[in-house]
Amino acid sequence: MNAAAETLEVSLTVNGEQVKRSVPARLNLADFLRNELGLTGTHVGCEHGVCGACTVRVDGEIVRGCLMFAAQADGSTVDTVEGLSDSREIEELQSAFVLTNALQCGFCTPGILMAAQALLRDEPNPSRERIREFLAGNYCRCTGYQAIVDAIEVVAKARASRGGR
Amino acid sequence: MKAPRFAYARPASIAQALALLAEHKDDARVLAGGQSLVPMLNFRVAAPKVLVDVNRIGALAGIKVAKDHVRIGALTRHVELERSEEIARHLPLLSQAMPYVAHPAIRNRGTFGGSCALADPAAELPACALALDATFVLAGKKGERRVAAKDFFKGLYATALKPGELLVAAEFPRAKAGYVSAFGELARRHGDYAMVGVAIHGSTKGGKFSQLRVAFFGVGDRPVRAAQFERALDGEAATPTAVEGALAKLDADLQPRADLQASAATKLHLAKVITGRALRQMEGVAS
Repeated sequence: MNAAAETLEVSLTVNGEQVKRSVPARLNLADFLRNELGLTGTHVGCEHGVCGACTVRVDGEIVRGCLMFAAQADGSTVDTVEGLSDSREIEELQSAFVLTNALQCGFCTPGILMAAQALLRDEPNPSRERIREFLAGNYCRCTGYQAIVDAIEVVAKARASRGGR
Repeated sequence: MKAPRFAYARPASIAQALALLAEHKDDARVLAGGQSLVPMLNFRVAAPKVLVDVNRIGALAGIKVAKDHVRIGALTRHVELERSEEIARHLPLLSQAMPYVAHPAIRNRGTFGGSCALADPAAELPACALALDATFVLAGKKGERRVAAKDFFKGLYATALKPGELLVAAEFPRAKAGYVSAFGELARRHGDYAMVGVAIHGSTKGGKFSQLRVAFFGVGDRPVRAAQFERALDGEAATPTAVEGALAKLDADLQPRADLQASAATKLHLAKVITGRALRQMEGVAS
């Protein structure tokens, strides 16, 4: 890949499945997931890294899907909200979001679930302040955030009471 | 919007990257973490014909502690600096600054070198590099050259990097015994670009300020040292009273320009507020 090209072959693992495609260099990862693979749970909001709706995991760490090109994910492992939902990794978070009314229109929810799971994976028992700080990169225009923080706190406490799992 | 059309290349070595930059000249831009460049592409304020993606060049990554300095590879991600115990031990100012650098998902991807090479005047790392007297290592066709931070930042998004050159690392002198750091920033939303921020490094040995280096960001076209403020505190007792007395010197040091965030007068006021706050909380300053 040492010569510049406008179309590139990419091979990556998305939600556990091997995917091969030919992509334009300018195609960002979020649009690739949505339009090429039909994984529309990853939302595209601001397209400049501010809103967090396109948050996905690349090689285990959350990133902005709109600020990375599909070509850059060649050889990587990508997980979307669909993958985390199917594997039940975020089952508790999803239930808690419903229980506490932590979503209204739901546009931001996939990105917030991805971010919340990243936080709880590394810090099993965060304070409300820490939850707010971590989620500062995800906009929600409906809820006022209170219920989102409630939902994440509910899950953190439930996991802590089981010894962090 | 979406990025305009471009051609993409992914060199595997610094030599290959330099060859691509030489081949495509002004048509090429280096793509590191992309957390600023990709928004610029999506906004169509940048439209390079070729992107040279340096993300797979292993020689650009990582933190190395040497006898008298710490070398930070240009491709070191913000999250690595944030979590590094070596950085916390030898360059505590950077550890203090990292939580203010954007948001977790952006810190996972954004790079130290990308932030410095872009030279956004409201970014944290250029001011830290200035406060810590870092030296940037630039690679070009004729080999490497070194540029001190004070000469590296030339203005709004402008650096000493010449066409065809690649930023490969920065070398930071290791913090000496008795030297301490403080950091302060105000932003409308945690993690957003600063309205104003300050990075401070110096000594409080014997209960007195000395060798203070105070660098502001978000107040001009590049990071700015506050020379008169530094002089006013030099040799003074490290107390809140001394800090309070010196803050007026910032009127002479800083000429902030109004922007979308705040008026010039507000920025100057806030610069004093965060400087006072940061220094009062600095290790070795009497409470």
